[in-house]
Amino acid sequence: MQDALWLVPLLPLAGSAILFATRGELSDRSVSVVGVGSVGLSAVVALAIAAGFLAADGFPVSRSALGAWIESGAFSVRFGLYLDALSLVMMLVITVVGFLIHLYSVAYMDGDEGYSRFFAYMNLFAASMLVLVLADNLLLLYLGWEGVGLCSYLLIGFWYRDPANGYAARKAFVVTRAGDTAMLIGLILLATTFGTLDVQEILTGAEQEWQPGAGLALAASALLLAGAVGKSAQLPLQTWLPDAMAGPTPVSALIHAATMVTAGMYLIARMHTLYELAPAVQLAVAVVGALTLLLAAFAALSQRDIKRILAYSTMSQIGYMFLALGVGAWSAAVFHFMTHAFFKALLFLAAGALIVAMHHEQDIFRMGGLRRRMPLVFWAFVIGAAALASVPLVTSGFYSKEQILAGAWSAERGAVWLGLAGLAAAFLTSVYIFRAVFIVFFGAPAPAPAGRHADESETPMPGATAAARSRVERTSGGFSRGASPSAEAGAPHADHRPDPTRTADGRRMRAAIAIPLVALSVLSIVGGFVETPASLGHVAVFSGLMESALPATADAESGAREIVLELAAAIVSLAGIAVAYWLFFPGTRRATRARAVAAGTPDRPPWPLALDRLWASGWGFDRIYDAVFVRPFMLAARLLRGDPVDRFYDGIASSLRAAWRGAAESQTGELRWYAAGMLAGLVIVVAVTLLL
Amino acid sequence: MILAWLIVIPLVAGALAWLAERQSPRLVRWITLLALGVDLALVAAIWLNAPAVTETPRPGWLVEAERAWIPRFGIGFHVAMDGLSLLMVALTLFLGLVSVACSWTEIRERVGFFHANLLWSLAGIVGVFVALDLFLFFFLWELMLVPMYFLIAIWGHENRVYSAIKFFIFTQASSLLMLAAIVGLAFVNASATGEWTFNYFDLLGIDISPNVAMWLMLGFFIAFAVKLPMVPLHTWLPDAHTDAPTAGSVILAGILLKTGAYGLIRFVVPLFPDAALRIAPLAMTLAVAGILYGAVLAFAQTDFKRLVAYTSVSHLGFVLLGVFAWNELALEGAVMEMIAHGLSTGGLFAVAGALQERLHTRDMSRMGGLWAQMPRMGAIGLFFAIASLGLPGLANFVAEFLVLLGAWSVAPAFTAVAATGLVAAAIYALVLIQRSFHGQPRREVRAADFDRREMAYSAAMIVVLIWLGLQPRPVLDAARATFEALGVAAAIPEQGDAQ
Repeated sequence: MQDALWLVPLLPLAGSAILFATRGELSDRSVSVVGVGSVGLSAVVALAIAAGFLAADGFPVSRSALGAWIESGAFSVRFGLYLDALSLVMMLVITVVGFLIHLYSVAYMDGDEGYSRFFAYMNLFAASMLVLVLADNLLLLYLGWEGVGLCSYLLIGFWYRDPANGYAARKAFVVTRAGDTAMLIGLILLATTFGTLDVQEILTGAEQEWQPGAGLALAASALLLAGAVGKSAQLPLQTWLPDAMAGPTPVSALIHAATMVTAGMYLIARMHTLYELAPAVQLAVAVVGALTLLLAAFAALSQRDIKRILAYSTMSQIGYMFLALGVGAWSAAVFHFMTHAFFKALLFLAAGALIVAMHHEQDIFRMGGLRRRMPLVFWAFVIGAAALASVPLVTSGFYSKEQILAGAWSAERGAVWLGLAGLAAAFLTSVYIFRAVFIVFFGAPAPAPAGRHADESETPMPGATAAARSRVERTSGGFSRGASPSAEAGAPHADHRPDPTRTADGRRMRAAIAIPLVALSVLSIVGGFVETPASLGHVAVFSGLMESALPATADAESGAREIVLELAAAIVSLAGIAVAYWLFFPGTRRATRARAVAAGTPDRPPWPLALDRLWASGWGFDRIYDAVFVRPFMLAARLLRGDPVDRFYDGIASSLRAAWRGAAESQTGELRWYAAGMLAGLVIVVAVTLLL
Repeated sequence: MILAWLIVIPLVAGALAWLAERQSPRLVRWITLLALGVDLALVAAIWLNAPAVTETPRPGWLVEAERAWIPRFGIGFHVAMDGLSLLMVALTLFLGLVSVACSWTEIRERVGFFHANLLWSLAGIVGVFVALDLFLFFFLWELMLVPMYFLIAIWGHENRVYSAIKFFIFTQASSLLMLAAIVGLAFVNASATGEWTFNYFDLLGIDISPNVAMWLMLGFFIAFAVKLPMVPLHTWLPDAHTDAPTAGSVILAGILLKTGAYGLIRFVVPLFPDAALRIAPLAMTLAVAGILYGAVLAFAQTDFKRLVAYTSVSHLGFVLLGVFAWNELALEGAVMEMIAHGLSTGGLFAVAGALQERLHTRDMSRMGGLWAQMPRMGAIGLFFAIASLGLPGLANFVAEFLVLLGAWSVAPAFTAVAATGLVAAAIYALVLIQRSFHGQPRREVRAADFDRREMAYSAAMIVVLIWLGLQPRPVLDAARATFEALGVAAAIPEQGDAQ
């Protein structure tokens, strides 16, 4: 069965190749079959491989190679795959969640002029991501790593007509490439040290040769960390992720929530030995995680674009994973990756359904009262939100987050302040996500732009649709924004497509939306039961599996505090929901809001406006980077545009021309001038000879 | 004498093409294609039968031929081919075919003379890659320039005369230095041995005092550095590339620049190893400067072709870095970069030419949103841009990775700075696509998408870029044969030595 491992990445790759080669000439139906079918088949193969893996004794690691890639003298890299518990979990999540999101896209992208191109990119993404997690050497991993970055770029800028989308796409690619380049130097450092890029050989080599805290270990792990923070949108390379929401919502779900952005977590977990040998860098991983999860949680509080709320939330949740990695709770990080993939994909897909139903309105304050209109989406979103807020006992997020918090408190490398940061952010998480739930689904229906222009029988106009949609999808959060997006949404080119879950567009479309939502809802609930704490049944399936690939968490003290911590996490989660209810539930603050509306400042946040602006802008990082990197680069480009080096050669040319002109003018044809010249020359020559 | 045929066929075909102009322009193009196709088939035959055809006892060399030419001065018609020459000649002929295909409809005036110049220039370039008599080398070096000058000056764009003269003066002035150095080298040898010779193998490893060696080396180095081009000797390039017709740009960027890199590898370092070692830090500094300077200037351009032209400055910086790191990995990377850059940049120039043919402008502020009308051209442009920014899986990545890997063991600091060029490459490559193909389409633009001919030659380049990106072994092996014969050291110790 393990020989079939190559099929897992190659099937989506073949799908992508077919779609590229046919250049959009297939019917939409065939495109769906190829695009969704390839990932579906890949998921089936992955599940079969997983069954074999789990059934066998002791989780046998397997490798399979497909020949050499780069060979030069002693240095060689091959196309080799490596399957252990870690890559197995990653592979399963990517193929299964990926399949559900592809299926959903059939409905979401229906009628788009780039339908075939979309699935070509999505399949290429799935293939690259699978190569990333299955590669047995760092260079092949890097191929997948850059491949997913490329697909991310292509899909963020999918609706290419709007320059803002192109900007967001380039920003994502360039910012992550800054990290990737550091990572490449890390690869080169490792290759020159160990003579190989094979992951297992590097890890054994490092263990044998490097002392803990060795300079090379620090440098290599820090360089790889730079790659990881870029891809995973952690501080200080996090600024691209909120803008990446310009892409179609299934893209945000798959690439910018469930899979690609967790690649950094995977890289660090994969190279865990290096980080154990570099305690300072491992601490940096924890600090990066803790800072990111806090800052992003605050930023999420002030967003009004539903996708940006989810984007900051993703950043924050990956911060948890980094925190877990930093304290050595390896298995907890992977566990949280898995549950997060379920509930965050669910949240994004539900949000996508909302956005389409609202005619591509993304501002939560322009939604409202959608609970009755879209019950399925409502329940899906609530389940996702509950899992994100780690509502105790019944959600998967509770079990995975609880493990991370436990690790942060009590692991050998943990610290009280890391645990506190995690706990504080857990509270904020509950607040920001239920803020969205209450505002979007409860209260009176907002004056939807739908009533203004929608003649629902009208056929969609692909070009106009894409333009309008992309225009709306880029609207950013923040109260400081002056212009209201509704003016744009009501523009003549706005989307006329009906609510896909409701209309007669067909059972096919309804199913394509409903199946992923239901499946992910179920996974978001039961996905956590594979690993429960000692006091709650003590299931240890997941960590048992992970221990075959990653070291167990080194606990400094016994789990005496465990129950206290569980209680604290539960209380914090529920308290956050309560606070959100108190602050944002339409009924509770109706009076205040009415007054605020009367005063002309609707939706006034319950915290100071200045703070709100800071959070809405993501702590102003964009402005800082603009001043530090973008502007100097643009200035250099402007100053150098004409190639100043050429001025030197121009100088030579023009002085020669001047000399020529001077010489030409001396040629007057008048004999006395020539005679005078000769005489003067003679005098000078004689004088020089005499004097010297 | 297969090597002589490689040079003679395009020379003769050029004359025939000129004559055939009276018949029909179509005939001219087919003659050109046929001549280049036959040449390419000959090279393929040498490559595929490499061990069998080896007719020379020298290690690393495949084919060799020698005839006396001016015996009094020891000048001979001495040509030979090793792995490096083979790769370069194959690249030359492949891009020659592409350049004929991409100017199929662009060139409408004096078609015969155009193709004659194209073929003569290519003959000169092929000759440069196989000549092993320094005098013959210089002769062919000049041969490739004159037709190229005509290509730019006659069929070029707005500033063609200025650009052509600038190109000519830069290369001519620097090759004068090379001529002096060649004669100087022969003289040094003659005064030591009492016998004149310009034979490469005889001049290898002779005793030269360090001071003289430095001056002679600089003569060669500057000529090749201008051609490469190395910052700050690069300023002829953006003008020449921008104003050349499409085929001229493809050949200039794809092949002509590579003669500079080839000269560094073949002559500068082997003939003057110690002197080359002494200037290595300077060369590597200028290489890194070129990588970054070229990238920033590329970003700053508004002219599509000029942007692509500056990316050449950046990419050839990697070649220079690899050559002066002088170990197996870096050199193999440099050779790979020469090929990969030839294909990806050649592809971008072909796209630029196709755009100019349709829109009659290269100004990107007048483009934008072209994807909507020309999705095939957009996708192909996107592919070459991505290849150019070094995406793994394509040939350029293999090249840049090997250069950096090899250079790291020699100069880690330079390597780290050079690597930031990869970020800058992402910036300019994506901006190129944004400004031309993405964005809001302009109403007034009405143009056809790529037709079958254009798809065919683009597809050929794409296939090779992917193939070499995934299976670079044939190229690396061919190049390594050359470097092993030169006794180049490996960059990384054998596995296990580290323990």
